[in-house]
Amino acid sequence: MSPTFEELSVGQDIGSRSIEVTRQDLVKYAGASGDFNPIHWNEAFATGVELPGVIAHGMFTMGAAVQLVSDWAGDPAAVVDYQTRFTKPVLVTDTTGTGDAGAVIDVSGAVGALDADARTARVDLTVVFDGQKVLVKAQALVRLA
Amino acid sequence: MTINPDLQGRSYPAAEVYDVGREKIREFARAVKATHPAHFDVDAAQGLGHPDLVAPPTFAIIIAQRADAQLIEDPEAGIDFSRVVHADQRFTHHRPIFAGDRLVAELHVDGVRAMGGGAMITTRSEIFALTDGDGREPVSTTKSSILVRGEGQ
Repeated sequence: MSPTFEELSVGQDIGSRSIEVTRQDLVKYAGASGDFNPIHWNEAFATGVELPGVIAHGMFTMGAAVQLVSDWAGDPAAVVDYQTRFTKPVLVTDTTGTGDAGAVIDVSGAVGALDADARTARVDLTVVFDGQKVLVKAQALVRLA
Repeated sequence: MTINPDLQGRSYPAAEVYDVGREKIREFARAVKATHPAHFDVDAAQGLGHPDLVAPPTFAIIIAQRADAQLIEDPEAGIDFSRVVHADQRFTHHRPIFAGDRLVAELHVDGVRAMGGGAMITTRSEIFALTDGDGREPVSTTKSSILVRGEGQ
């Protein structure tokens, strides 16, 4: 199931997935993480501080995007380093009560580098919302068997 | 409002202990839409050789942001939380976080620089697990930059 170091090559695709996000997901993330900044759940507050609307926590996007890597690695503990820059906000439309997504984030990953001594693979994630990259230099270092 | 440049180099010592519970790991995992069984099922985690449930790779943000709150809420810092935007984040795990860990975080302010009417502030949390006796074991180093937007930014 889990990949072994020897079978990997730079450029190899690790898969992709789409993440549907609703306002309720942001409330859940706020509660779970303790980050209650109202820009992530209150429209009037968000626009009042010159944002285009309610935006997802950067840490929600970062945390959800790495699941592709955890599942690929076969063990979330294999992710020994994970970093990103947050470059664009993910604007989440209020679709409460409709069952529709308020935003869709597309995540894909590829092996960006291999370190034979450490037996680690750097996975580079591409994370896109509304046609633009929202995370830049999103890199997870995975320790392999 | 201006950011106090003297913040650079400041440290806040480990304050309260954060007890990592199984239900918190499950709650956080659901909140980031994780489905790996090592976050939910103790037998599955132990089957991978872990002592208990494994926290998702970004779980340490809970502890890091509690540490950051000491700075953000410090009246001497001059930070308006409603104008804070997260600019970048890094987690370096010296070992995974498991249910049952008792964690503390030391906060270091590594950088403060003016940007427009605002400022970019870089912090680092050194997170340790308390061990039997008085020891502590390095668990994670988290680095975070926040942009405090000036008016009109």
